[in-house]
Amino acid sequence: MKIYRSMVLISSDPKSMLYGAEEVFQRFQKEIEDRGLQDEVQVSMVGDLGRHEVHPIVIVYPEAVLYGPVKVENVPQIVEEHLYKGRIVPELQLSAQELSGRIAWLTARKGTLPAEQRIVLERAGVIDPANIEDYILHDGYAALGKVLTSMKPEEVIAEVQKSGLKGRGGAGFPTGLKWSFVAKAPGTKKYVICNADESEPGTFKDRVILEGDPHAILEAMAIAGYAVGADEGYIYVRGEYALAQERLAIAIAQAKEYGFLGKNIFGTEFNFEIHVHSGAGAYICGEETALIESIEGKRGEPRARPPYPTTHGLWGKPTLVNNVETLANIPPILRNGAEWYRKFGTPSSPGTKVYTILGNVNNTGLIEVPMGITLREVIAIYGRGMKNGRTFKLAQTGGSSGSVIPASLQDTPMDFESYNKAGVSLGSGALLICDEDTCVVDLAKVLMNFFRRESCGKCTPCRIGTYRAYQILQRISEGQGVLKDLDELLSLSENLVNLSNCGLGQTAATPIKDILKYFRAEVEAHIRLGVCPTGVCTMLPEKTPQET
Amino acid sequence: MSNEQPNGKNILEIVRHAVEVHGKTREELIPILQEINRQYGFIPSQGLEEVARLLQIPKSQVFSVATFYHMLNVKEMGRHIILFCESAPCHVVGGREVWRRLKQELKIDAGETTPDKKWSLVTVSCLGVCGVGPVIVIDEDMYGNVTPEMIPDILARYN
Repeated sequence: MKIYRSMVLISSDPKSMLYGAEEVFQRFQKEIEDRGLQDEVQVSMVGDLGRHEVHPIVIVYPEAVLYGPVKVENVPQIVEEHLYKGRIVPELQLSAQELSGRIAWLTARKGTLPAEQRIVLERAGVIDPANIEDYILHDGYAALGKVLTSMKPEEVIAEVQKSGLKGRGGAGFPTGLKWSFVAKAPGTKKYVICNADESEPGTFKDRVILEGDPHAILEAMAIAGYAVGADEGYIYVRGEYALAQERLAIAIAQAKEYGFLGKNIFGTEFNFEIHVHSGAGAYICGEETALIESIEGKRGEPRARPPYPTTHGLWGKPTLVNNVETLANIPPILRNGAEWYRKFGTPSSPGTKVYTILGNVNNTGLIEVPMGITLREVIAIYGRGMKNGRTFKLAQTGGSSGSVIPASLQDTPMDFESYNKAGVSLGSGALLICDEDTCVVDLAKVLMNFFRRESCGKCTPCRIGTYRAYQILQRISEGQGVLKDLDELLSLSENLVNLSNCGLGQTAATPIKDILKYFRAEVEAHIRLGVCPTGVCTMLPEKTPQET
Repeated sequence: MSNEQPNGKNILEIVRHAVEVHGKTREELIPILQEINRQYGFIPSQGLEEVARLLQIPKSQVFSVATFYHMLNVKEMGRHIILFCESAPCHVVGGREVWRRLKQELKIDAGETTPDKKWSLVTVSCLGVCGVGPVIVIDEDMYGNVTPEMIPDILARYN
């Protein structure tokens, strides 16, 4: 492998592509060739670099200088000054104001923001995702090699169990335990599925991993396949994630070429193939049995459980379904050992968690921090405080089905155990931060609108329940509510939780229940006084959005 | 009924090609429908019938799958499709005002197409770029941090 003296990394998330990242990349190549630097400087398109206001960002190593937003016409100057003469171009550098969140760990910024710890995002935005050699140079496929040549499948599962890793898709089920179920399930044909149908509003962590480090998922799936006895895997990617699908296809072709997928991997008896399957726009397909139905070419309607996919999954065979972020933890755990992994996070929830920070904060974006950080810290440190100096009112964790947290719970450590105790679910890691101008009735209405649209319609409690709840909230926001509506919302919530077939209906009512628990007075004000305390609701009838 | 539909492409040829590329198995039904949708803009019932015939799957099941997924259209859409994200992260940072302006400019509601077939307005649950809400996508172009004032300028870029 060639050694370069400088590396130029260009962000290539969807937004950067829109703002000309591809043209910037081509111009860099041309300018570098014109100056005969092609053997000294490597130019790569990398994944999402995490700053969502600056597109595209260019990082030049080894100095770790950030330029942005870079336009095609800026390229000659950067090449001439920085790469040719070795002088940084201050006027094109990203201003310090723009730096936070994901970019914070870069060497040049180390120490300025505490607590970020990267395990699953270690390489995203650092390596060229379309270059397998880059991945290998950053410890890639080392874990797979170690597992296949020196560990028995049961030892792999034991190590994952020892690490204490819990599923990062939302439910937090112990990963090693799930693996052991599939390994023990009778039958010789088994499957591994990577659930990359990330449709939870506010969550885009899996996209960043897939776009920035696709080989990590392939490596993890091959390890999982070896551990549970599967020789075939599927990655079910959300239909909207075109770039992620493209990167995965490239990565799979490269991995096959290098012998990390296919037959006799690392010269052993182990064979493993991976297929990419695109979703077609259905939130419900993130539910594992609906996802399986969809791969089989059907409507994505959840199956009744039990039996569970661990014994009766894809085409009725034992199937392991893991989320992208969960899988991304696997290679580092097996490379460094469970003991190492347990050093991060809390005793009951080891490791890190990737959060997306959204809403009324100064900085939105994506971070990876150890389990156990508090919401107050996240807002203050990574969100750089509330926008326009406003007051924090509530946060919703884990996307639309997540809990609503009032200010009084801001200091609860964010780990599975502490949150469970406080009656809060951590969910997928989307943190929607809302200030005092957010009306809880309006928010609940928007969330219920989401669920009534996304309910697959198979079971009546969910199909009718979410629609009915939406209608009631709509009425309250129009000034037509009566106090009895609140009782009905609560009983609807109970029915959704108890009678729905799958997680969509069971969790749809979570925000309503939380809002009635923490913000009941505000909801009642809409009904009793006919006013919206935040002034958001018009209290006038509005046309119900048409079914689409 | 003529096979030559809006964009001059022959629907039966598109279906046969898609089936040939992906293979005649049930597992490939959704990829096949996606391919037809991409090529033709939507999947007319004639196309769905041809898929059912070629794959030997009951027509009812092909129709049921095609109408289940949001990214598959079974009715003709406008030349430009505007996807508006109406989920909570976009909503709390000003999505509602953007939505009102969009409706006002286009004079249509969610799920409708303008009489001149230029625009279709579609509300979606999430576009996966929540860090830059409110977000709209027109055809393949994504616009983030949208304000109501930006709407006329954005629309003017399309003819």
